[in-house]
Amino acid sequence: MNMPLLKNDWVIMAIFTVAVLTAPLWLTPVGAGYPDLMQKFAIFGIFAIGFNLLFGLTGYLSFGHAVFLGVGSYTAVWSFKLLTMNVLPAVIFSILLAGVFAVVIGYLSLRRSGIYFSILTLAFAQMSYNLAYSVLTPLTNGETGLQLTMDDPRVLDGPVGQGLPSTQLFGIEMSGYNGFYFCAVMLILGFFISLRIFRSPFGLKLLAIKSNQTRMKYTGFNTRPYLLTAFVISGMYAGLAGSLMAVTDPLAGAERMQWTASGEVVLMTILGGAGTLFGPLFGAGIIKYFENIFSAMNDGRLHEIFAFLPDWLENIVVAITGEFVGEGWHLTLGLLFMIVVIFLPGGVVEGIRRASAYVKGIFQSSGDKDVALSAEKE
Amino acid sequence: MSDDKSKTSELSRRGFIKVGAAALTAANMPMFFVKDAWAAKDFRNNPGNAGSVKFGFNVPQTGAYADEGADELRAYKLAVKHINGEGDGGMLNTMKPLTLKGNGILGKKLEYVTGDTQTKSDAARASAKRMIEKDGVVMITGGSSSGVAVAVQGLCQEMGVIFMAGLTHSNDTTGKDKRRYGFRHFFNAYMSGKALGPVLKEEMGTDRKAYHLTADYTWGWTQEESIKNTTEALGWQTTAAVKTPVGAGDFSQYITPVLNSGADVLILNHYGKDMINSLTQAVQFGLRDKQVNGKNFEIVVPLFSRLMAQGAGENIKGILGTTNWNWSLQDEGSKAFVKSFGQEYGFPPSMAAHTCYVQALLYANAVEQAGTFYPPEVIKTLEGFKFDGMGNGPTEYRAEDHQCFKDVLVVRGNQNPTSQFDLLQVQKIVPRSEVEYDAKIFGGELGPYEV
Repeated sequence: MNMPLLKNDWVIMAIFTVAVLTAPLWLTPVGAGYPDLMQKFAIFGIFAIGFNLLFGLTGYLSFGHAVFLGVGSYTAVWSFKLLTMNVLPAVIFSILLAGVFAVVIGYLSLRRSGIYFSILTLAFAQMSYNLAYSVLTPLTNGETGLQLTMDDPRVLDGPVGQGLPSTQLFGIEMSGYNGFYFCAVMLILGFFISLRIFRSPFGLKLLAIKSNQTRMKYTGFNTRPYLLTAFVISGMYAGLAGSLMAVTDPLAGAERMQWTASGEVVLMTILGGAGTLFGPLFGAGIIKYFENIFSAMNDGRLHEIFAFLPDWLENIVVAITGEFVGEGWHLTLGLLFMIVVIFLPGGVVEGIRRASAYVKGIFQSSGDKDVALSAEKE
Repeated sequence: MSDDKSKTSELSRRGFIKVGAAALTAANMPMFFVKDAWAAKDFRNNPGNAGSVKFGFNVPQTGAYADEGADELRAYKLAVKHINGEGDGGMLNTMKPLTLKGNGILGKKLEYVTGDTQTKSDAARASAKRMIEKDGVVMITGGSSSGVAVAVQGLCQEMGVIFMAGLTHSNDTTGKDKRRYGFRHFFNAYMSGKALGPVLKEEMGTDRKAYHLTADYTWGWTQEESIKNTTEALGWQTTAAVKTPVGAGDFSQYITPVLNSGADVLILNHYGKDMINSLTQAVQFGLRDKQVNGKNFEIVVPLFSRLMAQGAGENIKGILGTTNWNWSLQDEGSKAFVKSFGQEYGFPPSMAAHTCYVQALLYANAVEQAGTFYPPEVIKTLEGFKFDGMGNGPTEYRAEDHQCFKDVLVVRGNQNPTSQFDLLQVQKIVPRSEVEYDAKIFGGELGPYEV
């Protein structure tokens, strides 16, 4: 509208890059500025951005995206075990293998649309989860999870010293803040690619599939290859996210493939705003923040927060809010989700848009008055 | 025209603020790194001159082992009270040797943070990381699954924070997956096998066919192996060993095949709610009333706890198993602990509560004795530490694998309980010498002191 600058993709990218790289600074005041959570923000941001490329653009709701997350993690850990502790091969192999899985699952699932597609992907996810959990134990180490051991071959690395080696990028250890910055760079790259896809003719075709696939077909388009491409790209994003989880913490468990993990990314995308550029990022951020900060609150912490209230009121407030934090954080999340879906169907992004429109409205009317006044003076 | 002007002015102001903010944050970056770099030279989460220190209690609050987790947390809270000199002091009155003074640790008040492991390796590690990175804890303890214990122990080694394992019974925790920064007070599957062997022989003879149902993760695997080794040494045969997923809920599909397998003993390598479900269903299927090969069909649960007995109700009566500790023990330490736990919560503690309480005290005492929170010094104090008065008689933290060695209890589900808590009857106290083994048999390496 009156901010052409914000319409420029490069400006968006610049602002986004700065915001992500300075995250440790602006997340600290809200208690989220520690490496593990920031890594999670970035990783699940990537996961949600990728999911949004499929769901937001084509409207195909995949309920089994966690498969690719799990495949990415397992591949990365195997790469650490067999090849080298350098993270680059791990990330590359993870993305490729997740892509291969996506081709197979996508080829079969995309024969149907709507709820049938969702159920098919869910079935594949559950199948893969059970395979990883019990059948393929030699590959996945089942419930215990795949971990590094001292006697792994690691053919490209020399013999290890004392203790387990840690993941590294040409000698830079990938834990703590370094790990976050690595994930952040991946997030920025992922976001850039997603932005380009949104703006491309390919993205437009995907949107057209969402609005009316039948009409697309009548105009002579075969929609299937486009859908499959979107599905595979989206799966590769999930594979990247999975490999980053292994990079920051070299362990892979089957629970990453469980349907709850698939559901989580759906929640993130819808909560933030499906089909928008930033929505999935907001959603991922909100859910991970709740999971880590709210779930760790206990009554003692609440008493500190509400210490300014009179004692009797403090106790009542703590008793009520106590139900919504700690183990009850899912309750808070559920409430938030309901509120967003009922009042803001476009997710958090719609909320921001409405708020900014409202603020602008106020300034607009006062600005009009100023103009009128100055006109009168003349 | 004037409209256009106002637009451009608005834009440049906006731009100015953005650029300004970016420059400011960028300028702040080095400070932030420097702070981190300084912390790394020292040791992680050094409390320095702070007036208080934090423990991280990482326990399952949801999932199949949630009951154990809740009891662990109760015990930890009690331990914090006692270390800070509140309450009646519990085992601080009976522990020998004791360096703690009841004024916190090295004069610092003890505080704590909690987290939910969800009995998932992933979630447990995330929770432990949060405690280390955000809350700055000096020690992590708790957990009710060997899978989780092994995962968190590995993390703690990398991070350089000591991990005092809670309930973990797999041989791997202090065997092939042992770590310099991990310590286990609880006994393990090998000891269960050794302790149970003679009793099984006495009760069931040497000509039996056993059928295993095993929780499919590190603990289940090693327990199955240990029990198998024991029973096969007695002359028993193993008909089959079937792995079941953790948290399965319904075990009927696994129990039906037992009926026609020709086995006459069912060994349940299950724990927590899984064991409650599988035992209840086995009893409902009439296994205990059956006669196979001319003998009464028997069920054995190698690892037992009172919480599980409570959940399984009637079905537990007469069933044999082993346990690390039971509240009915009559030594001074156990009595003191049961008394203060009972006063606080109104019921006796479980063995999970006991081992966690002891672990918290042992760490605190080691720090006090070492005179520093510096982990390598604390580890050296704990290694080979001999103590008494904490239940189970004289106990030693073996330096080679960080495993505690002490007496093991063989228990039986009480036929005539006098109260709702009096569910386990101690059948035999197996002395420490009978369950000891060479630290080398399980392999593994502790790793370095300095990380």
